[in-house]
Formats: sequence, C-alpha cells, structure tokens
Amino acid sequence: MRRITGAILPVLVVVGVIVAIWYAAAYNMNRAWTLDQAERRALEITASDVFTDTMWQERPRLPAPHQVAIELWNTTAGEPMLRERRGELRPNPRSLWFHAFQTLAPTLLGFVIGTLAGMLLAVSIVHNRAMDMSVMPWAIASQTIPILAIAPIVIVVLNAVGLVGLVPKSLISAYLSFFPVVVGMVKGLRSPGAMDLDLLRTYSASRAETFWKLRLPASVPFLFASLKVGIAAALVGTIVAELPTGARFGLGARLLTGSYYGQTIQIWSALFMAAICAAVLVMILGAIERATLKRMGLDR
Amino acid sequence: MSALTLRPNWAWPGVLICVVAVVWALDWRLAIIAAVWLIAWGINAILARNGTPGARILVPLIFGLTLLTLWEMAVRLYEVSPVILPAPTAIAVAFATNTATLWADFVQTILRGALPGYALGCGAAVLTALAIDRSRFLQKGLLPVGNFIAALPIVGTAPILVMWYGFGPSSKIAVVVAMVFFPMLVNAVQGLKESSAMQRDLMHTYAANYWQTLFKLRLPTALPFLFNGLKICSTLALIGAIVAEFFGSPTVGMGFRIKIEVGRLAMDMVWAEITVAALAGSGLYGLMALAERWLTFWHPSQRRG
Repeated sequence: MRRITGAILPVLVVVGVIVAIWYAAAYNMNRAWTLDQAERRALEITASDVFTDTMWQERPRLPAPHQVAIELWNTTAGEPMLRERRGELRPNPRSLWFHAFQTLAPTLLGFVIGTLAGMLLAVSIVHNRAMDMSVMPWAIASQTIPILAIAPIVIVVLNAVGLVGLVPKSLISAYLSFFPVVVGMVKGLRSPGAMDLDLLRTYSASRAETFWKLRLPASVPFLFASLKVGIAAALVGTIVAELPTGARFGLGARLLTGSYYGQTIQIWSALFMAAICAAVLVMILGAIERATLKRMGLDR
Repeated sequence: MSALTLRPNWAWPGVLICVVAVVWALDWRLAIIAAVWLIAWGINAILARNGTPGARILVPLIFGLTLLTLWEMAVRLYEVSPVILPAPTAIAVAFATNTATLWADFVQTILRGALPGYALGCGAAVLTALAIDRSRFLQKGLLPVGNFIAALPIVGTAPILVMWYGFGPSSKIAVVVAMVFFPMLVNAVQGLKESSAMQRDLMHTYAANYWQTLFKLRLPTALPFLFNGLKICSTLALIGAIVAEFFGSPTVGMGFRIKIEVGRLAMDMVWAEITVAALAGSGLYGLMALAERWLTFWHPSQRRG
C-alpha cells in the first residue's frame, strides 16, 4: 500500500494533470472553428453546445483524448489485420497493427544489426589501441551530425541499387542504435578496475580469458542501459526513414498521409501507437535486464 | 614491454602483401583500395603503438582522410553514378559553387529555427526543473513521466506542430522545443539533486537563503548534468528543425533543400547540405563542450592526466 501511494500516486496525478490540460487545450483550439461554423449557418448555440462540438469535431486542430482513444481502438481492435481482396488475403492498410508491424520489423532488424556491430566495434576498440585512437573520435563526431538528415539519401541510394522494403529502413535504425551501444559497451568493458585486472594477472589469465570472465560480465549493466537508449533511437530512425520516400505503410507513412489530408486524429493515433511501441520495447528490455542481472548476481 | 616488440616485425607486412596479391587476382580495383587502406592503417598502428607526441590528433586525422580517399577511389574506380553516390570532390565543388544557397538555408534552418528553439526549450526546461525541485511530490511524479516522454519518438509531432504554427520558422521552433524539453528537464532535475546533504547543511549554517544556496551551491553542482543535457539536445535541435521542414516549409531551408534535391537526384547538393549540417552540429556541440570545460573545470571528468 505504501509503495502504491509513494511511487504510483504522484505519477497518476501528473498524468491526470496532463490529460486535464489536454482537454482544456482541445476546447480552446477547436472553439474558433465551432463558432465560425455556427456563425456561417446563422445558428444560435449555447456554451454547452460549443463544448460538445469541440470534443467531437471530425478534423479538430487538437483532437480530444477520448477521440484519439476511440480511433486507436477502432483501428486496432475494430479492423482485421488481413482482409480479402481479389480472392486472396492482403494486409489491411486501415489496421494500425499492420502499420505498427511495418515499422517494428525494420526497427528490430536494425536494432539487432546495430547492436551486434556496436559490440564488435567496442571489443576491437578496447583491444586495439590504433582502433581506439582512430575510430572513437569519429564515432563521437558522427553523433554531432543530425544523422536523420541522411535518412532520405540512404533510402534513395538503396532504392537505386534495388534494395526496397525492410532493409533500407533497418540500416538507418541500425546506424542510430549503433552508437549508444559502442559508447556504453566500451565504457563497460573498461569498467573493471586495476585491482580486478591485477587479480586476473596473478591467475595468469590470457587476454581471451580476461575478456570472457571479467570484462564481458562487467560490461553487461552498461550494455543494457545503452540498449534501452538504442532501441528508442532505432524506432525514431525507422519512422523518419519512412517520411521522405512516400512509403505507403508504416507509422511514419501514416503520419505523412495524415498531414497531407489534415486527418489530425489519424496523426495522433499513429503518434500514440509509436509511443506505445517505444514504451513496450523499452519495458521488454528492462525486464530482460532485470532477469539477467539477477541471474548474474548484480541485482541491487 | 619486451624487447621483441621493439624489433620491426616483418610478418605482418608480408601477410598484408599476400592478401593484396590474392585480391588483385580477383579484382585489381579492390586490391588498390585494400592496399591504400592497409598502408594507412599500418601507419596509424605504428603511431598509436609508439605513442608519438601529437598522435592523439594525427591518428584520427589520418583515419578520416583515409576514409575520404577510399570513398573517392571507390567512386572513381567503379564509376559509381553520381546519382547514387557523388565523390567527395564533387561534393566539395557543389559546396563551393552554391555557398549563397547553403548560407540562406543555414540561416533559415539553424539560426531561425534550431537555435531559438534550443534556447527556448532548454531555458524552459531548466526553469521547470527549478520549479518542481521545490516539491518532492512533483519530482516523484514528473521524473518517471519525463523519462518516459524523453524516450518517445517526439519527431512525430512535427506534422501536427507544422499544421498549428504554419510553414515558417515558428513551427520549427515549436518542434525543437518539444524535442529538447524533456531530455533537458530530466538532466536538470537530476543535476539539482547532486549537492550532498552535508554541503546543504553547511550552507544552512552560513544562514544562506534559498537563492544564495541555489546560485552558490546547487547550480554549480548541477552544471555537469546541465551540460550533458545541452550536448544531447544540440543534435536533437538540428534533427527537429530539419525533419520539421519535410512536412512543409518556405522555399528555403536545409530540410526543404534535401527533399527537393533528392527528388531532382542532385546528390552532390544533398551531401553539401549534410556537410553544412555536420559542421553546424559539431560547432554547436563543440561550443557546449568548450563552455563546459570553462565552467566545470573542477569536475573530475575534466581533469587531465
């Protein structure tokens, strides 16, 4: 009980305040349109009419939270993922699950590629002085570049080479998840102190043994912290990769078409779906992290 | 170090020459690229091992130049179409001939969009952090929510904010503010908690009031965290401003130019824009790093040696 009041209550209050502000903002931003419509049709309307209308407009400037919730429900639970067309089962572009899947698949593929490449690079940086001195400064400098600006080019270039679909998007998310992993892993592999390393020397452990028995286990907590940053970055990468190419499916494409046709509710529901995906991915990693650290006895 | 490593080791160059020879039999162009790479890598390896003075700067420099050379060689030897990947020299030419356009884009995106948004967003975040710092309840509630929002794909709000604030710089500023606010807030709140109870008690015994404690103790101890936030946000600000332009912009700006030139397959111009973005991003990050070194010289991470 104390845990609930101590940790969850403040969060609930903050979330409640945010929702309340949202409702107030939706009323304020949509009111002008309602009043304008009423004036054109020369209708007399009461304050409560105005309020109801601002909450249920078809293309509001800011949709009310329940409108987004209803749209989310209708496009996930209300639409089948596959539908029959010309005698065969095709993905249903009205289903938000389908769009989420189109974004998640490259995100996960890119995340795996980026993580593996990042770990490999981190290991070689820690073990090779020349590698450390030449690659590390550029890896850091590359992060000061708005990498996402390159996304459209990568997509176009890979299109020209004949790669379409999953791979180009996942390369961008791989690039974005790659850097946090390199930095975290290098930090982790170097975290064993001089005393630990000396101890292993007294055991006359080889470099490989030092790596497997000391450095790698020591890097795990750092690795997980990086992975959580990396997967969120990977998702952003995929979404942005979908923007400039006119992709038809995926959450980014959903944002773009929504913005073309002024479908604000569609934009917001895609945005929430993206947020939910990011949160779920980070939570899954958090659960794996806790389980792993517990097994390793590093649990605090 | 044993005496063995001081003697020149001829085994490695021998292996490398063999590798190059084998590759030559398959594809002579690849062999030339591999040879250049291996020679440059060898120089770097020797420099790094001997710890020559200046190696800290020389080694990354050689590495970067090698990459550029390899890029140029690959494009020329394989006759890659400039539509796919222009050579670095072609990009340099595009950069030099279009400086006026690039400058206009830079002014529009960075000076009018990203920087005001960065200043506004980070400033608002620090002020909010100060406000919630006085309430434990808010800290407990806002930090998890802030951490959560900081991990969400906020770039996605770009179409909405462009719809609200129009195509001009104000919508870019809004996107940047939305992007930098939460990462900065989380760092600022964390930083304000850094001073230890003992230090705060000491200020108390000096009869320092809230503001004196804030300016003399808590803000200085928060500085490393503030700068961490500022450095993270410097890249986010540029990304926000550029991505927001994909959703609508006046006919100037880096995001607009990238979108248009990709459509016209003028890749050298796109890469020139990327160079500008890279220079601007590194410049902003570098400024923050310099300010950090100047203001937090006392922090362990800034000590040398």
